[in-house]
Amino acid sequence: MSREKRLITRGLGEARPESVSDYEKLGGFAALKKALELPPEEIIAEIKKAKLLGRGGAAYPAGNKWEHLLRIPERPKYVVCNADEGEPGTFKDKLILDKLPLRLVEGMAVAGAVFRAAGGYIYVRGEYRAIQKRFQKALGSAREANYLGRNILGSGFDFDIEIVSGAGAYVCGENSALLNSTEGRVGRPRIKPPHLAEVGLFQKPTLVNNVETFASVPLVLEMGGRAYLELGHPESGGTKLVCLSGHVKRPGVYEIPLGSLTLRELIFDSDFGDGVPGGGAFKFGHLGGQSGPIFSQEKLDAVYSYADLRKAGLSVGSGAVVVMDSSVSVLAYLKKVAAFFVHESCGKCVPCREGNRAVLKRLSDLEIPSALSRSDLEDLANIAAAMSRASFCGLGQSAATHLKTAWKAFPAEFERNLRENAAFGAGAR
Amino acid sequence: MTKTPDAEAGFCRPSEERVLEILDSYGNDPQQLIAALLDIQEASGRNYVDRRAAELASARLKVPLTQVYEILTFYSMFATEPRGRCVIELCESAPCHFQEAERVLSWFENALDVKCGETDADGVFTLSRTSCVGACDGGPAARVGDEVFVNLTRDKVARLVKSLREDDPASREGL
Ligand SMILES: Cc1cc2nc3c(=O)[nH]c(=O)nc-3n(C[C@H](O)[C@H](O)[C@H](O)COP(=O)(O)O)c2cc1C
Ligand code: SF4
Repeated sequence: MSREKRLITRGLGEARPESVSDYEKLGGFAALKKALELPPEEIIAEIKKAKLLGRGGAAYPAGNKWEHLLRIPERPKYVVCNADEGEPGTFKDKLILDKLPLRLVEGMAVAGAVFRAAGGYIYVRGEYRAIQKRFQKALGSAREANYLGRNILGSGFDFDIEIVSGAGAYVCGENSALLNSTEGRVGRPRIKPPHLAEVGLFQKPTLVNNVETFASVPLVLEMGGRAYLELGHPESGGTKLVCLSGHVKRPGVYEIPLGSLTLRELIFDSDFGDGVPGGGAFKFGHLGGQSGPIFSQEKLDAVYSYADLRKAGLSVGSGAVVVMDSSVSVLAYLKKVAAFFVHESCGKCVPCREGNRAVLKRLSDLEIPSALSRSDLEDLANIAAAMSRASFCGLGQSAATHLKTAWKAFPAEFERNLRENAAFGAGAR
Repeated sequence: MTKTPDAEAGFCRPSEERVLEILDSYGNDPQQLIAALLDIQEASGRNYVDRRAAELASARLKVPLTQVYEILTFYSMFATEPRGRCVIELCESAPCHFQEAERVLSWFENALDVKCGETDADGVFTLSRTSCVGACDGGPAARVGDEVFVNLTRDKVARLVKSLREDDPASREGL
């Protein structure tokens, strides 16, 4: 029996993506009807009960975010969906956008109804141009059925969703950069505070949630917050889409109840990753995207939930689980990640712009026998600490996580080529 | 075939009418500038945004030309110099990279007779790298315009290059 749990992915492969009637047969748009009838406080109370944590990476409780925005009197308000999905190893929002678009449309429309929002925007990365065009069709059929547009289902409420395209910039996934880009400008992060709930899109109060977060909202309302919570982990309800990639036999997106499986089960069990191909051995995994932690086999028994992974010094992040086998050198992998951040840093602040370059340089030097000494390694630790503490936005703040966690898990790979060790002929260790 | 960049030859690609049509299709909305520029780039046939097109967008949308260029240089999908009709972008992010993406790159380099980052003499192909295209479960992967090709093998690379050269989308279905 499969231990997947099909909530968000219910009907995947059967329902035609842009067909309203197929989606209705799966219970679709019942949540929107509720949201149009019930007071907003009641809807938000269910989301809080569900303990739905934001699925974009930061794991902020969605109910609290919605409550905060509801309390702000200023109007108009906007609802924005973050479909930038730039984290390498992450491809679950793509699945929703492409195959289950109406679930996302419904989730955004529920938010629209709760806040009586003036409009909705979905910011989709430019690399998904083809999907944008298909999503446009889903919007069209929702409009035809009057789930979007004027006077939705006779409620007197008007709401529509517009697609905005990115054009290749990882930093635009950061929510304030995303709003700048949504306004048609360059996507560099804004200073916070003010909070986006107060000063967001066009300087107006704005909700920003991830694709998967919005797509989960109709399910919370359908099941009720309590049942949704019980399905998952006591501190974070519901299911999570996990993206398995790298050296596993069965890469792909799997929907699992939070707290129901260990990393080992996810990576090795035959109904999930099914282990490392070609007879190779597991060496390390990388969770939640490039900005997430790296772990060795010692942590394979950690349970996949926000709380359990945090206890193990790890995190869910975007839901990416990238597996690397024993053929991969840790330093070579870290260099690749550091090069990614050098490329994607927007250049606005020094700790990130220069820090990432310095990290990449030192990682390269660490591969050369006797190029660096122990004090250079201390330097590297200081640079990483400064990046985390002094960077302007989440990109720089988390750009050394891979380094710090991998260092802890594989100290020998960092020390092997140090001048001090080479003197003792320790190169073979 | 000419090797002269179109910009130097004084063409506007696409035509001025086509640029204006695209801007109109987005309601001349400055908020849709990125999307419009992507369409203009695609319609250029050489995967770049010409100076003249940028000026037209600036004038029509009442956005300063510097802001148009800020966008064209900030976002990595844009180019301001002509590239090939087909830009093959191989994913270089970690999940793909450690699934032999470098070997795939060398197959492309051999098949196209260009190095990574270059455009061939006929202006048909540009070969480059890109950050994650969201196809990590099918690595190694490459993106060509709106299309993404996964689980690339030497044979697939050869068939893809042939199909792109012949500009025959039907021949790469199932690739
Ligand atoms: C550099 C950077 C990139 C990010 N990329 C994404 C992204 O691609 N998609 C996403 O949903 N959130 C991304 N985030 C997180 C967002 O800033 C934000 O927390 C999220 O959209 C909030 O939605 P949620 O609470 O529903 O997760 C990124 C954050 C940073 C700092
Ligand atoms: S931390 Fe990096 S991405 Fe963020 S503002 Fe600074 S330079 Fe830009």
